[in-house]
Amino acid sequence: MLLSELEYARPESVEDAVKLLSREDARALAGGQSLVNVMKTRVASPELVVDLNRIDGLRGIRAVDGALEIGAMTTYSAIVESAEVAAARPILAEVARTIADVQVRNRGTIGGNVCSNDPTNHFPPLAAALGAELTIAGSDGERTVGAEEFFEGVYLTAVKPGELLTSVRIPAKGGARDGWASVTLGKEGTGIVNVAATVSNGTARIAIGCVAATPVVVTASADETAVADAVRAAELDPPGDVHASAEYRRHLAEVLAARAVGSAT
Amino acid sequence: MSDHTIGVSVNGERYEREVEGRKLLVHFLRDDLDLTGTHVGCDTGNCGACTVLLDGRAVKSCMLLAVQADGADLTTVEGLAPDGELNTLQRAFSEHHGLQCGYCTPGMLLSATYLLAQNPKPTEEEIRRGIQGNICRCTGYVNIVRAITAASGQ
Repeated sequence: MLLSELEYARPESVEDAVKLLSREDARALAGGQSLVNVMKTRVASPELVVDLNRIDGLRGIRAVDGALEIGAMTTYSAIVESAEVAAARPILAEVARTIADVQVRNRGTIGGNVCSNDPTNHFPPLAAALGAELTIAGSDGERTVGAEEFFEGVYLTAVKPGELLTSVRIPAKGGARDGWASVTLGKEGTGIVNVAATVSNGTARIAIGCVAATPVVVTASADETAVADAVRAAELDPPGDVHASAEYRRHLAEVLAARAVGSAT
Repeated sequence: MSDHTIGVSVNGERYEREVEGRKLLVHFLRDDLDLTGTHVGCDTGNCGACTVLLDGRAVKSCMLLAVQADGADLTTVEGLAPDGELNTLQRAFSEHHGLQCGYCTPGMLLSATYLLAQNPKPTEEEIRRGIQGNICRCTGYVNIVRAITAASGQ
């Protein structure tokens, strides 16, 4: 498919990227596994594409006292293969491993996943459950926001024009147990409902994806009945479509929340 | 609108070309380099017919701009049999009738090449996961799985 004409820029520093992204018609190109496709259909036609792939500082995973600093341009494959992730917070690799297919995992990035904030994406609920902190660079420097503030709406996040997500910090696991449960279109396909959970001191923090514009976070005592009750009390109003009715998504949210908590390790 | 000079190595050969920023890598390979073994299938990032190796990693060349490959080493299906002689994997596909309609074959071969480079003795489950990004409209993929198993010497 022929894309609309575009200008292409390949900055090598965050400062240069931020300058370029302050243009109103600019879009950041991370792994391109969503953006290039929406450019084909003209759903997005940025005049300036700012390719982040040559900014070395945006890649890589560092373990700091049990916490993980993951550069926004770190690919799903790098997360799957990371010894640091396996040691500190293996749920990240377990979930990344189920995203799309290996070709997509070789290009797609954690930053692209959270910044596109499609409600069916994997990392928004996972980031919300784990209490991730996201660092955003702009012309005035950096700021850090929590996951719950970060996700603002469908395809909308706290990253504004002229800003760039630089890293995702996942807190140390400590004594917590993490779980994930989902029902997808086909094995490991698009989520119908995704649920991430982390259990600490008998309390489960649950984030439900695919049921609202942003992950819905629910806290409950970590037993199955309490979890299902808490999800029911959240009065979810999920969309219905050809794959699943709203009623079915509501049902799945309760079942999968209990499953994510029950299987947390 | 904006042309860029890029240098790539494809199947060991160096190329330098001018490309428009908007050109997809798959079109660059097919139209500019005349390497038409890489297929355009769905053009939506699903079917994997356009799979190539970029610096050793399997990627879908319909979801990359050609200019992004500047400086990269690429392998396309033409690179699997540089002297016109089928390699072990290709022979296994031939011997096991490892095709569906055949359109997906170049991408299947590159995904299988990548899989075997990462995991020389994959289980059937691992093979099926490895070609998950190449599932098109056909079904079964049984002979393709057999061919990859055979190519791994199992």
